[in-house]
Amino acid sequence: MLAVATPEVLWWALLPVLFLSVGGLLLLTVASLVRRLPDWLPQAWTVVTGLAVLVACVPMWCEVRDEGPRTTLAGSVAVDGSTVLVTAVLAAVVVAVALLARPYLRREDLPGVEVYVLLMLSAAGGVVMASADDLIVLFLGLEILSIAVYVLAALHLRRIESQEGAMKYFVLGAFASAFLLYGMALVYGATGSTRLALVAEHLSATVLVDDSMLLAGIALLLVGLAFKVAAVPFHAWTPDVYQGSPTPVVAWMAAGVKAAGFAAMVRVLVTSLGTHASDWAPPVGVLAVASVLVGAVVAVLQTDVRRMLAYSSVAHAGFLLLGVQAADADGTAAVYAYLVVYALLATGSFAVLTVMGGDGDAAHHLDDYRGLARRRPVLAGAFTLLLLGQAGVPFTGGFVAKLGVLAAAVADRGYWVAGLAMLGAAAAAFVYLRILVSMYLEDPDAEAADGSTGPAVPLGARVVIGVACAGVLFVGLVPGPLLDLARDAVPVLVGS
Amino acid sequence: MSALAPTAVLAASSAVPFAVLPALVLVPAVGALLVACLPRRRPELLKLAAVTTSVVVGGMAVWLLSGFDVDHGADLQFVSSATWMADLGISWTLGVDGISLFLVVLTGVLFPIALLAVDPGHDDRAYYAWLLLLEAGVMGVFLALDLMVFFLCFEVVLVPMYFLIGRWGHGNRAYAATKFFLYTMAGSALMLVGILALAFLHADAVGGPVTFDLVAIAEAQAVDATAARWIFAAFALAFAVKVPIFPLHTWLPDAHTEAPTAGSVILAGVLLKLGTYGFLRFGLYLFPEASHFFAPVFLTLGVVGIVYGAVVATMQRDLKRLVAYSSVAHLGFIVLGTFALNTEGIEGGLLQMVNHGVSTGALFLLVGMVYERRHTRQIDELGGLQKSAPVLAGVFTVVMLSSIGLPGLNGFVGEFLVLVGAFNAHRWFAVVAAGGVILAALYLLWAYQRVFHGPAEGDNATMPDLRLREGLVLAPLLALIVFMGVYPKPVIERMEPAVDALVAHVEHHVDGFTEPTSQFGSEVEPGHGDDDGHGESDDHGDDH
Repeated sequence: MLAVATPEVLWWALLPVLFLSVGGLLLLTVASLVRRLPDWLPQAWTVVTGLAVLVACVPMWCEVRDEGPRTTLAGSVAVDGSTVLVTAVLAAVVVAVALLARPYLRREDLPGVEVYVLLMLSAAGGVVMASADDLIVLFLGLEILSIAVYVLAALHLRRIESQEGAMKYFVLGAFASAFLLYGMALVYGATGSTRLALVAEHLSATVLVDDSMLLAGIALLLVGLAFKVAAVPFHAWTPDVYQGSPTPVVAWMAAGVKAAGFAAMVRVLVTSLGTHASDWAPPVGVLAVASVLVGAVVAVLQTDVRRMLAYSSVAHAGFLLLGVQAADADGTAAVYAYLVVYALLATGSFAVLTVMGGDGDAAHHLDDYRGLARRRPVLAGAFTLLLLGQAGVPFTGGFVAKLGVLAAAVADRGYWVAGLAMLGAAAAAFVYLRILVSMYLEDPDAEAADGSTGPAVPLGARVVIGVACAGVLFVGLVPGPLLDLARDAVPVLVGS
Repeated sequence: MSALAPTAVLAASSAVPFAVLPALVLVPAVGALLVACLPRRRPELLKLAAVTTSVVVGGMAVWLLSGFDVDHGADLQFVSSATWMADLGISWTLGVDGISLFLVVLTGVLFPIALLAVDPGHDDRAYYAWLLLLEAGVMGVFLALDLMVFFLCFEVVLVPMYFLIGRWGHGNRAYAATKFFLYTMAGSALMLVGILALAFLHADAVGGPVTFDLVAIAEAQAVDATAARWIFAAFALAFAVKVPIFPLHTWLPDAHTEAPTAGSVILAGVLLKLGTYGFLRFGLYLFPEASHFFAPVFLTLGVVGIVYGAVVATMQRDLKRLVAYSSVAHLGFIVLGTFALNTEGIEGGLLQMVNHGVSTGALFLLVGMVYERRHTRQIDELGGLQKSAPVLAGVFTVVMLSSIGLPGLNGFVGEFLVLVGAFNAHRWFAVVAAGGVILAALYLLWAYQRVFHGPAEGDNATMPDLRLREGLVLAPLLALIVFMGVYPKPVIERMEPAVDALVAHVEHHVDGFTEPTSQFGSEVEPGHGDDDGHGESDDHGDDH
């Protein structure tokens, strides 16, 4: 008998991943055995799973706060505030997307439970990614997340744009994964470990005579992660995929995938490679400014609201990078606060887009929003709040989020990055104003005006939009709780 | 009774019965929420709620006047503070001194008038809710003693104003609203970076935790001069757009012209003051050295604005646009006075802020009333209105003369003080600016002549005169115009200590700078005289 040393496992810390992956697989199995599943069941199952994860996060948070962060599975999975917070965000987005998905699937006459299964699996990947304390585990999580999302993007069978977007996403995503993997290999070569804690330990204890391999590794890691979070110049897929994919899935991409990507980026760059911040922070600053400026300016040129929001999500990625390039605890906390706020803004906004898409998910032109304030005043009002939040208007969560990353950048003497990013934000405001102008200041088309009351808003969408708006307002007026939460979520490396 | 009176006054100023300043911000905000919850189809109920709210706010603002301790006009009074974002050291610190007092009162007075004067015509509920939110934001700007809270309020007023112009405006309203929003937002984008930089540099220099407390940062002056100049530039850009200072003024004529009447009144009366007030409180006070350094730039731009605004106003065919351009000229005076950096100039500028709010507010109301009757603002199409509407013409005359700066009306006092201050500081600027006064007389009188004199034809001959309700709305403004022209002392004596303290602060922190006073031996010190406040005192003292 060979004695195999099994690592210690903190089962309670793995509950979210287990819930999500087992939930997804169970649903898949049941769906393949039962011929006709009522369409509320997969949705309800997904919502329950998501809520279960959310509930599980509460004791985890208390445990981590009281007993301190730790690591499990032989130092490959981190259990700290960052893990719990991002897990909670992902679970909440899963619930929201599930709520949006059923009326969407029914409207578009799309079959199956795949969307729910893939959603949960993708979320499981996201949780793994956010909690990865080892580069290999990070890659594992990223692939689980990505492959599920590639399929989700192609889910609308009858829209050629959906297929096209998924194809682009897949090809470019595969490239990015390759970059990431190569970067991990180089970092391993330079430091002798893939475990983030050991990498950090090695780098702080030794001075590399020739750090070119490490720097090349960091650069490639950065490319791979920047692709996932859609930062300029690795953003080219974003508008096509956002335009083509089913709109509820876009909500997941914007809110969920970005959150997981940034959680991983912060953990790898700031926490593990923090000793080399002087090497990677300037390029990240450049990416940040480029993302904000390109995202904002190109968004202005769009006439499709999905593409507008796609480019605006690029600009948001730029703001998040602003917090990353500060490379300190303040910046990291600001990134987490931003992620929470952006999850609210993005799910809410894409929930509105899901409703507005109409049959065939095609009515996303700016003109389709004309006179919405007359036809659907409440929907228009909610969208206004979300758009103002995205623009960073005071007393919305968007302002609190932007303030945090800007403060981190300015405290770090990054006046130029901060200044340029703010100019970008002012340009981005024009994008949101265009939608507002269309909704409020232009009269509806003649045909739309004839007794048409605008799109019906299903209950699920109402809940999602309502919660998002309430959250955005609450954070804007009472930012303290979120900021405290984000501060407690700053990831910590725990040695073996 | 007489024995009780002093204690009563003391009690009012020292022990405030309730937190009046937070109430000034919160009451309109809550009122807006309340209005938003009322039934949409009851316009009279909505209006009642909105007017009641704004009258309550106005009452509290006027009550501040009586509670304000005149002997300590330089001190911040009624201060209240509540922590908001503890991590970043941001707190809701509010307070008034002689500089902000009358702007708060002006805001409190103008909003009920604007609300009462005009009905929106459609979407009443949103209209009233936005106006009340706007009032909350404006109050916040004037009361804030925390840089971040100031910025928040400064920015947030854009949203209600955007919707007011866009939804209830005229003509090319979407364009005007968007332009207004983007101009001001872009202008203040860098101010946020400046505020953050200032707070962090201050914290580094004094070694304490990060704070955004205006008084702490301004009194310490810990940030080095070069950095302070850059940060001042970021602030100044935001204020210059808001004022607006030539050449950043191009949003103003569009926004003023296309805005609904109430929007124009508030925009001209109150919103433009956010910029000039910002220059005083967050420019001169916060960055005395940088303000002194950049003063020539702003003096020049101020004078250019005076002349340019007047010349362009002369050329306008649209009555409302004419009034809008006259604002550019008037605000040039305020900028000129502010950067004269002496008591007369700043006091005159401050007084002119209030005067401009009253006079131009009234002018926009009158233009709105003419438009309501004739559905045109084109000067060509109007004429001879004096015959059909003599009362309206009479009121217009008084307001117009106040705007021109006729002695005995309020405009004169402010303009005179500004010119005295500017003359003492930089003679030639004052000489050119005085030319602007003549131009103001030209464009306003000429416009008046074309609109109200001459033969009345067509609809002009049958235009109805001022209604009682309109008269009642205008009456308080007229009273203020006359009162502040004849007896400005109560206003000036409350402003002066704060302005003196501000000038002393600048003197103290700028090496080799002394307040530019009269170079001809006769000190002109308004407010010290016992008469109407703007006469010269007899102090023929030292010749410089």
